[in-house]
Amino acid sequence: MMSMTLSEKIIAKAAGAESVSPGEIVVCAVDLAMMHDSSGPRRAGKYLDELGVPIWDKDKLVIITDHYVNDPDPGSVRTQEITHQWVADKGIENFYPEQGICHVILPEKGHIKPGLFCVGADSHSTTAGAYGAFMVGVGATEMTGVLATGEIWVRVPETLRINVTGRLSPGVAAKDVILKLCGQIGVMGANYMAVEYGGDAVKAMTMDERMTLTNMAAELGAKTGIIAPDAVTVETLADYGADNVDVEAWQGDDDAKVARTIDINGAGLAPQVAAPSNPENAADVAASAGTKVGQAYLGACTGAKLDDLRMAAQIVKGRQKSINTRFFVAPATHRIRDIAAKEGILKILEDAGAKILPTGCGGCIGLGEARLDEGMTGISSTNRNFVGRAGPATSKLYLGSAYSVAAAAITGKITDPRELL
Amino acid sequence: MSNIQGNAHVYGDNIDTDQLAPIKSYMNMEPEEGCKFCLEPLDPDFAGAVKDGDIFVAGNNMGIGSSREQAPMFLKMLGIRAVLAKSFSRIFYRNTLNFGLPALVCAETDKISKGDVLSIDPLAGTVENLSTHETLACQPLPEHLLTMIADGGLLAHLEKKLKKSA
Repeated sequence: MMSMTLSEKIIAKAAGAESVSPGEIVVCAVDLAMMHDSSGPRRAGKYLDELGVPIWDKDKLVIITDHYVNDPDPGSVRTQEITHQWVADKGIENFYPEQGICHVILPEKGHIKPGLFCVGADSHSTTAGAYGAFMVGVGATEMTGVLATGEIWVRVPETLRINVTGRLSPGVAAKDVILKLCGQIGVMGANYMAVEYGGDAVKAMTMDERMTLTNMAAELGAKTGIIAPDAVTVETLADYGADNVDVEAWQGDDDAKVARTIDINGAGLAPQVAAPSNPENAADVAASAGTKVGQAYLGACTGAKLDDLRMAAQIVKGRQKSINTRFFVAPATHRIRDIAAKEGILKILEDAGAKILPTGCGGCIGLGEARLDEGMTGISSTNRNFVGRAGPATSKLYLGSAYSVAAAAITGKITDPRELL
Repeated sequence: MSNIQGNAHVYGDNIDTDQLAPIKSYMNMEPEEGCKFCLEPLDPDFAGAVKDGDIFVAGNNMGIGSSREQAPMFLKMLGIRAVLAKSFSRIFYRNTLNFGLPALVCAETDKISKGDVLSIDPLAGTVENLSTHETLACQPLPEHLLTMIADGGLLAHLEKKLKKSA
């Protein structure tokens, strides 16, 4: 039997092949498809209806609204109407309207588990790889093909192994690891590849933190990010109600060939901040420290999970935000918001001057109250800082961890969060 | 599939989807209107300058960013008939081909200047620069994708395939 990486094993299973190797083009059966209100019914759904064929298996389809939610704009309201109508017409049961951001809702509702081959009509669909699933992002037309046939062609990716050694220091998070990688290998450093994260620092991470690594595999140009499941995965999935979780079957072989291995010294890693307007402009926080920010935003699938809110609370507890900086927090899901409320974290954030916003993609894609103003500089715990994404083309965005965003909210400028721990 | 001939619009590395399709261009706007904002943050004159049959030329990592397929959709609506780049971001690559728009990996896009007249044979994977009389090599597309492009994109291809099996 040929040795395979975890990604190759999942693709081989989905392709009905004994083994696959990088470069091969295979057709895979899809275990789970996810789409949201932007890519979903109004686009892929419409195309499917124009083709006049039914959904291949509606129990394998999950629809989540998170993009144009909580928005009075007539176009946004119309998008929600189309979504709700299509879901009702098709009798789709896995529908989560306005309960949180799709990539965080998907595992939270028990849809993700190790070994699944999944596609999502959103580029950050890579997030599910934290649970040992193989999930790729596609466009709406591609999704239409999946909805119609339940299949998709895939070029088997080479695997890039990231080995994060040691333990991260206090005030340093998974976000700093992935930003460091963006800076080191660039936004096409892993183009077409599967990025598999491992090492002691990753093993010690919670699932929330692991999801930050797989989420931003997209920023490395990767096809997906993936992490071998372990006891932490099983425990978290049990909490989320996923059953039949098989950890043993979904491990890569020790002697499987990978294209490249990169070691990151976790213990020596400083907080990282990506300067405008590309995630690969990441460097130690010292390089941008002192830069004044008009807004600090804790949000998105990348940076508003429960652990992100906990990190921010650790920094802002007993402090007041700068009078020159707006501070917004948009918890990634309602469940996260509720636990944060119960733990007293929301109160700590609000006491420090944060305004809690409704859940959704919001500020990350330049929508809602956290959209940057003309000429404004901000810092976010989100994933991308391209020109014109989070605000007008004249705005500038820095990216950092929840610790770094919280520290900037307090001081009004980019600050090494370790100074406030 | 016949040759594609047109003027080159040449840009650099990392042309991202937030530039190709800024959120305002598709959030509350029909594509016919939205496509006029294609690439606006980088080059506000681009959309007005494209003529039917033109060719978009980029460096590395063309189409980086979100999965929004308005990015290739707008290029096609403006009249772009092929996209050449040193490398593509993977979702954009698939989205472009799914719209029936040939996306070709060409290592030598540096040899193309703005306004050069190109003639592309998507089947053979060759680019002739009629302005400089150079022939540039592209990676040929896998066969299953050529069939899909010849059918006019993924939806047209599916329609044909589903009809055949019905």
